[in-house]
This record gives sequence, structure tokens and C-alpha cells, in this order.
Amino acid sequence: MDYELILRVTPFFAKAAWTTVVVSFLSFALGLSIAFPAAFCRLSQNRFLQIPSRVYVSVFRGTPCLIQLFVIYFGGPQIGIQLEPFMAGVLGLGINIGSYMTESIRGAILAVSRGQTEASRSLGLSKFQAMRKVVLPQAAGLMISPLGVNTIALIKGSSLVSAISVLELAYTAHRFTNSTYRPFEMFILASTFYLVIITLTSKAIRNLNGRFAYEK
Amino acid sequence: MISLKDIWKSFGDNQVLKGISLEVERGKILVIIGPSGSGKSTLLRSINHLETIDRGEIWVDGVQVNAPLKGRKFEKHINRVRQEMGMVFQHFNLFPHMTVMENITMAPMLLKKIPREKADARARGLLEKVDLADKMNCYPVQLSGGQKQRVAIARALAMEPKVMLFDEVTSALDPELIGEVNKVMKRLAAEHMTMLIVTHEMRFAAEVADHVIFMADGVIIEEGPPEEIFSNPTHERTRRFLFEVFKS
Amino acid sequence: MQGLEFSVVFENMNILLQGMFWTVVLCSSASLLSIVVAVVLAMTGISKLKPVRSATLFFLWVFRGTPLLLQLFLFYFGLPQVGLYLSPIITGIIGLTLHFGVYNADVLRAGILGVETGQHEASRSLGLSYFQTMRKVIIPQALRNVSPAVGNNLIALLKESSLVSIITVPELTLSAQRAISETFRPFEFYFAAGALYYVVNWGLEFILQRVEARTALTR
Repeated sequence: MDYELILRVTPFFAKAAWTTVVVSFLSFALGLSIAFPAAFCRLSQNRFLQIPSRVYVSVFRGTPCLIQLFVIYFGGPQIGIQLEPFMAGVLGLGINIGSYMTESIRGAILAVSRGQTEASRSLGLSKFQAMRKVVLPQAAGLMISPLGVNTIALIKGSSLVSAISVLELAYTAHRFTNSTYRPFEMFILASTFYLVIITLTSKAIRNLNGRFAYEK
Repeated sequence: MISLKDIWKSFGDNQVLKGISLEVERGKILVIIGPSGSGKSTLLRSINHLETIDRGEIWVDGVQVNAPLKGRKFEKHINRVRQEMGMVFQHFNLFPHMTVMENITMAPMLLKKIPREKADARARGLLEKVDLADKMNCYPVQLSGGQKQRVAIARALAMEPKVMLFDEVTSALDPELIGEVNKVMKRLAAEHMTMLIVTHEMRFAAEVADHVIFMADGVIIEEGPPEEIFSNPTHERTRRFLFEVFKS
Repeated sequence: MQGLEFSVVFENMNILLQGMFWTVVLCSSASLLSIVVAVVLAMTGISKLKPVRSATLFFLWVFRGTPLLLQLFLFYFGLPQVGLYLSPIITGIIGLTLHFGVYNADVLRAGILGVETGQHEASRSLGLSYFQTMRKVIIPQALRNVSPAVGNNLIALLKESSLVSIITVPELTLSAQRAISETFRPFEFYFAAGALYYVVNWGLEFILQRVEARTALTR
């Protein structure tokens, strides 16, 4: 075990870890912004809204994220989309995780018991008001856990953008393994950073979940 | 056949068994009655070591069940000892992923290395004995409570045990299904199987028991032949219990 | 903007199908082996021996908390260093097996703990040992109870198998890249590869649905 090597390259990994965090965060934000509208479309009675949403979820959950990234980054130029690795990565990850998040959100909304909707409608609230005042606040608490799972998956999935040359943790681990021939040290270093990021994120999610605990 | 010497057991601060001693002769039927929390189920379950005891000795057919062995040696010992005893549970505990036939033949085939044809034949015989010959290939989920319990009895009998332990086996059954299980147990009794029965059913107990023990708060309050205990109990506690029971 | 010509795809379909074949081989092997690994890790994870249990839980924590890609690098570069010179396909299978074995182990462990104690008691009272009880009574039930979750993991495995292309396993994604290097049409081929994955995925979901219906323990 070459400790001296580990210490020497840690700064590079730390920088790469920051990139991982930034990429994950931006993709997370993108995914969420897609997922909310998509979830509502999916729940809507309107065919023209429901079908595209179902197709989106089916396609992006049913194909590998890596392929999606490659289509955007390598195939993009053919359809006029020329993006830098970083942007392509965030876009690809965001669209991908968005499809999973859509289902998480939809699930949470459906889980709020129908009785709640019925009670609020019978009080005279419109569909929209019932959603806003009664269903969504409760669904919010229910969706934190599944969205949390999505987020952790996203952080691990961010390693895929190394394949389109984004200089994050996995890329750095690969690069240094190639130059130093010390795969175990590089694995330990990279995994430590991932474990820290993921553990901190999990804690934050649990915290957030705790704040939403209603009586059951 | 069964000999319990000065059994003590507590769950944390709660002293559940306080120096119980009893004997069951070969071919005899002992029934234990008493209010909930009296420790009777715990006592029964300690005989085949499903519960551990703090102090005391448990002997079955000349073998000490709670032998002072350690680790692997004890494991092998207890597995062997349990093969000589059959237990029937309140909630049946049939194996849901196996057919009735497989439930019965699994242990004999696995533990006694009995070949399939012989095990199947024995199983069929046992199923006839419990009046369930036509349910051979059914799954437990397809059976009623009474049927499940009779399969459970057949499963225990398949290992040809020397002793049968019954832990409130009709308590979870709908009233109309209790009779069929009692019928099977009476048949067993007539064949002189050594049986230790914990039950709430006083009428059945009176019919079947050779000896009755009334337990409360972890001690044996009174014991004797059924005629004495049920018609003429000596202790106030026993009288009170039987009064409450026969009231309902 | 270059025009898109999907005809190239059809001309080179055999390359893609060859890759798809290896993807299916890869995933089937890894799926089955991961269940074996899962049973082992689930059992050691509930061991009464604290060191065994702790070591298992630590191992599970690390492999759950790190990306598959990182683990693949570990095996691809690391195994030769300890003297194991394995082909990329075998390395890929090992990586996928371990990664999903860990996920399935967690699921299975929950399943095992979820089987009611009455089942243990009935089995032990017949005289079966702990391991015989596990083998004949508990694990079969646990597997049936968690089969939906395991099924989801198998679907994830199919998609994540694309990563082994990065360690040069000649499966579907790498085959697409081969075709691209000759025809310079990344969009068409990656799109086609995606479509093939989608089809296989759909087939897998269909099979899993049937399996779950058959083995579910209706209580």
C-alpha cells in the first residue's frame, strides 16, 4: 500500500470530487425541473399530456444512461447539438434521472389517500386548490425518500460522464490508475470521496424526511 | 418418559417459571391448564428447547434435553433430541412453499434419509389417519384452519416421535373446526402416544387427560386426575379459574 | 447538420446483434451468480458471529456506496496485479455479479428477517439444524417474497451492463462503437443500440412478470 502516492494525488481527487458534486447537483436540479411537470402530465386526464410523459418515462428508464449520454455527446452534432462534455453530461444525467424522479413524484401524489381529495372536494375546493392545499403538501413528505434514492443513484451515475471526458472522480481514478499502475490505492481514494459525498447526502435526506413526519 | 426438575425461567425482570417439577409416564397424557401468562406455553416450549431455561433439568426418555454441552456439540445434540419429539403449534406454521405432501415428507427424507417412495407411502398413511388423504397435493394456503392443523399433526407424526407436544393447538381455530382436530388427538391418545397438551378447552381436557396440572403465575397450584381437578378442586385459585372458564 | 441515415444501421445489424448476444450472456450469468452471492452475503450478514457480521455489513456498505464503474476499474486493473489474468468478459461478469450481489443481499436479508419466527420454530422442532432450516424453509420463502425487488435489480443490471464496454467487453455498447468507428454515424448507432436495449428490457420485464405470478406466495 503506497501511502505516499495516495497523499500526493489526493488534491487531484479532491478537485475531481468537487466536479462530481457540481455535476450531480446541476443534474439533480435539471431532473427535478423536468420531473414535476412530467409527473403532472402523467397524472393528467388529458391524452396529449399523458402520452408524451409516459413515453418519456418509458424510454429513459428503459435504456442505459450511458447510451443516452453517448447519443447526446457523440450523436448530438449530427442533429445540430454541439455541447461540451460538462454540459452534455449534465443534460444527459438530468434527463435520465428526471424520468425516475417523475415516477417518484407521481407515486407520492397517488399515495396520498383518495379520501383526502374527496374530503377537500366535498368542502368545495376545486381540483387545483385541493391539489395545492391538501394533496401536494402531504405528497411532499412522501416523495422525499424515493427522490433521495434517485439522488444517491444520480451521484453514483455521475461516474458515467467520465466516459465523455468530464474530469470527475471516476475519470481521475481511471487516469491515475493508468499512470501509476496502483488500482487498489486509486480505488480506495475515489471510493472514500464517493462514500463521504453519499453519506452526507443520505444524512441530509434523512434530516429532511424527519421534518416532514406527520402522524400516520 | 418426560421429567422436569425444578425449572426456573425469567424474561428480564419477569419471573415466568418458578421451580416447576413434573413427570409424565410413557403412554400417558398430561394436560396443563391455567390463565394467560401462567407460563404454561413457556414450560411446554422449553421441553424441546424452543425456550431456554435459567435453572433446572429437562429429561426426555433418559436423555437430558438441556445438556451442559457447548456450541456445535449442543447443536447436534438438540437436533437429534428434537427428532424424537413432535410439536404442534397454535398457528400451525406449515411451510407455505411446499405442498401438504412435501411438508410431511421433508424432514424424514432429509434427516432420516428415508427414500422418497417410502416417505410418500408413510405420508399417505398419516394423511388418511388425519382424514386428509385427498389434500395430498394442495398447498397450505388452500386449506382451512382445521385442515392445516391436522396436516401439522401429520407432519410431526412423520418423524415417529416418542412424545407429542401440543401448544394450544385449537386456540386459533374457528369453533366449528375444533372438533376435527380434537378427534385426531383422541385417536392418538387411544394409541397410547405420550402427550403433553396445553389447552383452554376444559371439556376436551377432561375427556382425554390422565393427569391435569393447573398453573398460575409460574407455579403449579394444583395437580391430579381430571375427576378431582374438574369436579372437586381443592385450591381457591383453581376454583376461581374453572368458574370463570365454565361461565363462558 | 448532417442528414441521418438509418440504413447504415440495417447494413451493419449483425455487429449489433452479436453485441446483443454477448449482453444477454453477460446479464444472464451475472444475474444467476449474483443471487448466489446474495444468499451468501445475506447469511453472513445475519451471522451470530460479530466479526463476520460486521465485516459483511462493511463490505456491503462500501460496494453499495461506490459506483459500478469504479468497481469495474478495480477488477479490470486490480485482478491482473494479484495474478489473475482474466478476459474482459469474465471480469465484467465478476464486477456485475458482485455489484448486484450486494444489492440483492440487502434485499434478501430483509426478506429472510421477514419470514415469521413460527417457520423457524416448526422447522427446528422437527429436528432440522439451523443451516438445514435456512436451506429448506427460510431462504426459499424469502426469495419468493422479495422476487419483485430482485426483479427490479435484474432490470437495472441489464442497463448497467453497458458500462462494461468501458473495460472493453464486446457487448452491445462496444459493438455500436465498433460500427461507429467504421461508418462515422454515432447518432444512428447509439440510437439503434438504445432501441435494442429497450426491446430486451421489455422482454425481461415480461418474463419477470410471469415468474413473479408463478412463484408468489399468496397468503
